[in-house]
Amino acid sequence: MSGSTINAKIRTSGHRPWIREHAVSFAFLAPAAIWLLFIVIYPTIDTVRLSLFNESATKFLGLTNYKTVFSTDTILTAFRNNVIWVLIFPFFVTTIGLIFAVLTERIRWATAFKALIVMPIVFSTTASALVWATMLDNSPQIGAVNAAVLTVSDWFNPPGAYPVSATAGQTVANLVGSNAHAEKNSSIVSNSSARAGGMIDIGLEDVSPTTLALLKAQDAVKPQPMSGAITGVVWRAFSPSDPTNKTDILPAELGLPILRLSLVNPQGVSVATTTTTTSGQYKFSNVGTGSYFVELVGSNFSSGFTGISWLGGSSLTPVSGLGQTAQALLSVPLADMAMIITYLWIWAGFAMVLIGAGLASLNREVLEAARIDGAKEWQVFRRVTVPMLAPVLAVVFVTMIINVLKVFDIVLNMASGSSINATPTLAVEIYNDGFTGGVHSGVSSAIAVILFLLVLPAMIMNLKRIKGV
Amino acid sequence: MTTTAQTSDPTKRRHLLRRMLPARGPSNLVLGIIAIVWLVPTVSLLVISLRPEADFGVSGWWKALLDPASLTFSNYRVLFDQGFVAGGLLDSLMTSIEITVPATLLVVFFACFAGHSLVFGKWRGRDVVFLTVVGLMVVPVQVALIPVVQFYHELGNLFGLNPYGTIPGVIIFHVAFGLPFGIFLMRNFMSGIPMDLLEAARMEGAGEWKVFYRIVLPLALPALASLAIFQFIWVWNDLLVALVFLGGNAHTPLTVFLYDQNHELQANYWIISTGAIVSVIVPLIVFFSFQRYFVRGVLAGAVK
Repeated sequence: MSGSTINAKIRTSGHRPWIREHAVSFAFLAPAAIWLLFIVIYPTIDTVRLSLFNESATKFLGLTNYKTVFSTDTILTAFRNNVIWVLIFPFFVTTIGLIFAVLTERIRWATAFKALIVMPIVFSTTASALVWATMLDNSPQIGAVNAAVLTVSDWFNPPGAYPVSATAGQTVANLVGSNAHAEKNSSIVSNSSARAGGMIDIGLEDVSPTTLALLKAQDAVKPQPMSGAITGVVWRAFSPSDPTNKTDILPAELGLPILRLSLVNPQGVSVATTTTTTSGQYKFSNVGTGSYFVELVGSNFSSGFTGISWLGGSSLTPVSGLGQTAQALLSVPLADMAMIITYLWIWAGFAMVLIGAGLASLNREVLEAARIDGAKEWQVFRRVTVPMLAPVLAVVFVTMIINVLKVFDIVLNMASGSSINATPTLAVEIYNDGFTGGVHSGVSSAIAVILFLLVLPAMIMNLKRIKGV
Repeated sequence: MTTTAQTSDPTKRRHLLRRMLPARGPSNLVLGIIAIVWLVPTVSLLVISLRPEADFGVSGWWKALLDPASLTFSNYRVLFDQGFVAGGLLDSLMTSIEITVPATLLVVFFACFAGHSLVFGKWRGRDVVFLTVVGLMVVPVQVALIPVVQFYHELGNLFGLNPYGTIPGVIIFHVAFGLPFGIFLMRNFMSGIPMDLLEAARMEGAGEWKVFYRIVLPLALPALASLAIFQFIWVWNDLLVALVFLGGNAHTPLTVFLYDQNHELQANYWIISTGAIVSVIVPLIVFFSFQRYFVRGVLAGAVK
């Protein structure tokens, strides 16, 4: 009824209504606008409301949920992990991207190289996380990283013939049977001393029969004393027929082969070395005056490198003597590092492409001028290239901060049973608190609001940048 | 991005480049090593998926490189022979496609429309709307999850159509969070289309719709390709949205399939590695076929 009068008015004034004039434009915008309004804008506002209510959104609680957030250890741990991610990841990914971008300018196969480095971006983070969990596996039969480290470390620190497994709680002191004691440097030294012509026997226990079978050990035989020499036997002082007798060499007790021995004077200085035979016998000839002890050197018991437990519960900065919460907040879990390495593998290509584009559009004449003025290559890079790239580097840095604040998939897929409590991030906590065992909105929404506030500065920077363009 | 090339003559530039840069030898070596390091994880995944199940954990996958004859497709055969049973690999592959294709198409269409309106419409407030869209680009998905779940249940109460736990429910959410980047990309690209072209068409009496699909759309194809690739890869690789909105659905996309396999009590690595290869092959094909557009998309929208 009023429509016709309005139309009449407009017709007389020569204007069409604003909404009708742009009706087609609005129709074009409508699907996107409706979608954004209902699924992005309204929910974001509603999350703020939900954060002030209890977990089933029925009772107003004020700021109680926020108090809970800042007094719950697991959520504080999540904050700590986000801080670790933000401090480490954007810096390294930008640096690596810069290095790759600069280096690729100098090679002919740059296109292939770039494709290779960018490739992991298109993998799902879930798949990448699972690949790297395998790469970093403890077992050198599964994890390529530990296998490589093992190969290298065996050159420098080969395992001994009688490795003591620290992970199984074994120590060198456990091995001592009779007439000896363990030293701090994980060697075993005889209790008795001897002069030339004397004898020292040492009994060990807890030596695995499989090791001895592998070394083809034979029954222990006590050697004859020899003039001018110190002799003896090192044997496995365990016999099923008389398990408590550790001092006598009983029949069928085996000698310990290829043990490395050292003859040490009372000052602890080694004067000679030798190795035991398959029946555990040894002989130091031409012994000088004075009395000596026999030492089973520590390398016999070294287990060598047993693998880094990348995704286990260990942390890089163990802080003892602090309260439980402080300890949790100050330690950096090794698993965080493993995840950050994986994430670098995924995102380095992104940084490289952006920085590479920035590099390609640099004003070459400025660089050339610097060189003509006698600047060295490194100086040109440091004083001219990097400052000129600063805007691009900033874009990469900020984008990666936003990315890392929301880090989720990688943690969910890489954390193992022993690191799952040390590695959650805010995004993971939002999921865990909100969606495990039914929907609980209160605390989860409060964390989401905080996450949103953390992203806000980046949003403002983006707006300023784009407005300025 | 921020500065434009001053030396535009390509031959002159190449000449300059060669003179400024030190010897190539060391760069080749360093980059060669980096390339190998970068390739190792992908190769390891492929090799593990091709090794007999019993070999895993007994010897490292790299041993198989010396004995290529030991590789077999049996893992793939076993998983493919299961057919399309709910929760199986092929079913998950189908579910991933069912989610990703509509979510990509809808975002591309809506973003093109919106971009057209923002660039060629003459209504006031376009800039405010555009800046709002830019702001929305960084909103974390997590902020909207719970209210959208409740909104879905509300739709169920009102209209009897509850998208929660269904594939459309996942698609609706992905479309919403793909739009800000999409509109940003299309709007920026369309700003470069000369207004004269449109004016000429309008003079000849073409309606807005005709102007859109006859002039704007064909010219915007490169940006459209970039957007489609981005959105496709983003949705294909999503885990969180599917975990939240598919709760309880027997059909899950590949990411959830992998996640579930990994969280089984006895994780079967032969299933995980085979599934992971299947899940990365599709985006890899997309990436290598449209690499140019992908890189262009990265450059255009380094904000998501």
